[in-house]
Amino acid sequence: MSTVYNLKREVEKPVRLTGGHRLCAGCGAGIVVAGVLRALDEEDRAVVVNATSCLEVSTFIYPYTAYMDSYIHSAFENSAATCSGVEAAYNALKRRGKVEGTVKFITFAGDGGTYDIGFQSLSGAMERGHDMVYVCYDNEAYMNTGIQRSSSTPSFARTTTTPVGSVQQGKKQNKKDLTEILVAHNIPYVAQAAPLGNFKDLHTKSYKAIYTEGPCFLNILSPCPRGWDYPMARLAEITKLAVDTCVWPLYEVEEGVWRLTYKPKKKLPVEDFLRPQGRFRHMFQPGNEWMIAEAQAYVDQKWERLLEHTGA
Amino acid sequence: MSNRLSGNEAVAYAMKQINPDVMGAFPITPSTEIPEYFAQYVADGEVNTEYVTVESEHSSMSVCIAAQAAGARTVSATSSCGLALMYELLYVAASCRLPIVLACVNRALSGPININNDYSDSMGARDSGWIQIYAENNQEAYDNFLMAMPIGETPEVRLPVMSCMDGFITSHAVENIELLDTDTVRKFIGEYHPENYLLKRENPLAVGPYDVSAYYMEHKVLEAEAMKVAKSRILEVAAEFERISGRHYGLLEEYRMEDARLALVIIGSSAGTAKAAVDKLREDGVKAGLVKIRVFRPFPGEELARALAGTRAVAVMDKSEGFSANGGPLFAETRSALYDLQERPYLIDIVYGLGGRDVKTEDIEKVFGRLTDIAVTGEVGPVYTHMGQRSKEDNA
Repeated sequence: MSTVYNLKREVEKPVRLTGGHRLCAGCGAGIVVAGVLRALDEEDRAVVVNATSCLEVSTFIYPYTAYMDSYIHSAFENSAATCSGVEAAYNALKRRGKVEGTVKFITFAGDGGTYDIGFQSLSGAMERGHDMVYVCYDNEAYMNTGIQRSSSTPSFARTTTTPVGSVQQGKKQNKKDLTEILVAHNIPYVAQAAPLGNFKDLHTKSYKAIYTEGPCFLNILSPCPRGWDYPMARLAEITKLAVDTCVWPLYEVEEGVWRLTYKPKKKLPVEDFLRPQGRFRHMFQPGNEWMIAEAQAYVDQKWERLLEHTGA
Repeated sequence: MSNRLSGNEAVAYAMKQINPDVMGAFPITPSTEIPEYFAQYVADGEVNTEYVTVESEHSSMSVCIAAQAAGARTVSATSSCGLALMYELLYVAASCRLPIVLACVNRALSGPININNDYSDSMGARDSGWIQIYAENNQEAYDNFLMAMPIGETPEVRLPVMSCMDGFITSHAVENIELLDTDTVRKFIGEYHPENYLLKRENPLAVGPYDVSAYYMEHKVLEAEAMKVAKSRILEVAAEFERISGRHYGLLEEYRMEDARLALVIIGSSAGTAKAAVDKLREDGVKAGLVKIRVFRPFPGEELARALAGTRAVAVMDKSEGFSANGGPLFAETRSALYDLQERPYLIDIVYGLGGRDVKTEDIEKVFGRLTDIAVTGEVGPVYTHMGQRSKEDNA
């Protein structure tokens, strides 16, 4: 990779996720996947692994695949184990002189397939130390089945299993901090990223993850217009607000060293992120001011801790 | 060469001789020794398999699926709840047409939890699209495992194979068995050359699509056709195996069936017990025989019907409860197979041996006693019963 990131040069590479897939307009997932795969050196091959997800049912509908690389989907909860298996086969066949060249192994799964049902498989694969990248495209709910809460769903968010009613309003629990849990696995590289601006953040972290030996994990915010209930044209703006309110801080942990990769010049109030999204609409009803205050307090507390970790 | 090995060690030894590319390993009683023995082969450099010690059976089958799709030859071993945890993926493996070979050391499913033998684990997986072959003893466990790959990897078959043996009874008991030398095994197994695989440089492959209703049915029909082809392929491989080993195998084994009027249909190690009972009854002049089902999937229905055509009364011995309220899974298959016979024998189902409940020659003799009564009187009595359990009075 050239030391200086250049978007123009990067987008001139042949695409690895072709257009014509069936993800929604305004969905973050396609942008995330295309962005991660773009970080592969052109001459390297990859095997893409996918958990059952919106991504899977939209990019590989028989007999059409949107991937230029080899691809495997097996089930919902086993994408990390599946990637382990491909990597194991590569090691075995390479040792026996049956495979040549560099092949990289990249898994994509949603937050349902990562934070929840695929958590055990992910933890196991990271602990075993396979040379692979696991990418969670985090859209904060089970979107493929129609917007049900996951352990990644933030507090107060409305989903179809945490509806807004007269007695309960949205999700009661905070979002699980999966990135930190992955840091605790002591793997070579963990990063929290977002498809932002000129995609430098996404690209740089993807490149590091792909070309760092051993298991690497990327948690990438991936807004969902259906689930978050925003007009699809506002995707980039919503992503930016998540980062500038410190709801989704950008950082990386490389060989145990924490580094903040973006510090907003002015930390915006969390309600700037909440307001444009229908899933948080009830938080702005009279009498619910405490919800916004609580959400702000939670973000502040997490942000302070991150600043301590990163020494920023 | 002759050797004394437990069933588990015999299968692990077969794996060593094969030297597969990848093994997914997770412990569960009574199959645990297989990954243990294999780990030692890895540690001693006797194999150069990529040995993946996963965190669950679900992941071990996931590893096998992915590795096999990537172009590797893969094996695993499990039992009981481990197989149950794999269920979702057993179907994925079969539908992706991946000839993985799994040693299934049969053990009862929970609950209540029990570590001993019956077939509730693999019988639950009978409709998953896997070939299922059952061993009577350690020799068969070894032989069946060696035959599994040449069967499953046949291009017209391309189905995974479950090589089953009885937990503890076969897996842990030590017997004298004949081993083939490794060169002979490797020649018999051959190299694995899949047509398409993920790591093939010149042709990237996509595996595991979202299959809409416009295609799903065609794919399932192809799978069903492959299972039919497997039947003849199993016999071809058995013939090749006989040439190198001198040991003969079929889809089923007929024991003293030439002129038998009373017969059992049975699977696994109990067939050994039942053969002893048949011998004793033969000495007493009873025309007893048995049919041991070796291959349960694909089910040898026509062959079974032919074998039972001349009998008067037959007991199907089911070592798993199907909870159908209409008999166990082997009974359902057998009764269906016999439907096309012009003259059908009387048929009863006996569920026995659940959770390792012992079955002795005397128990089998009693079954033949019942068959004798049925043959003489033409009165079948209760068709579906259990054997070997304490009565309510005993429990009180």
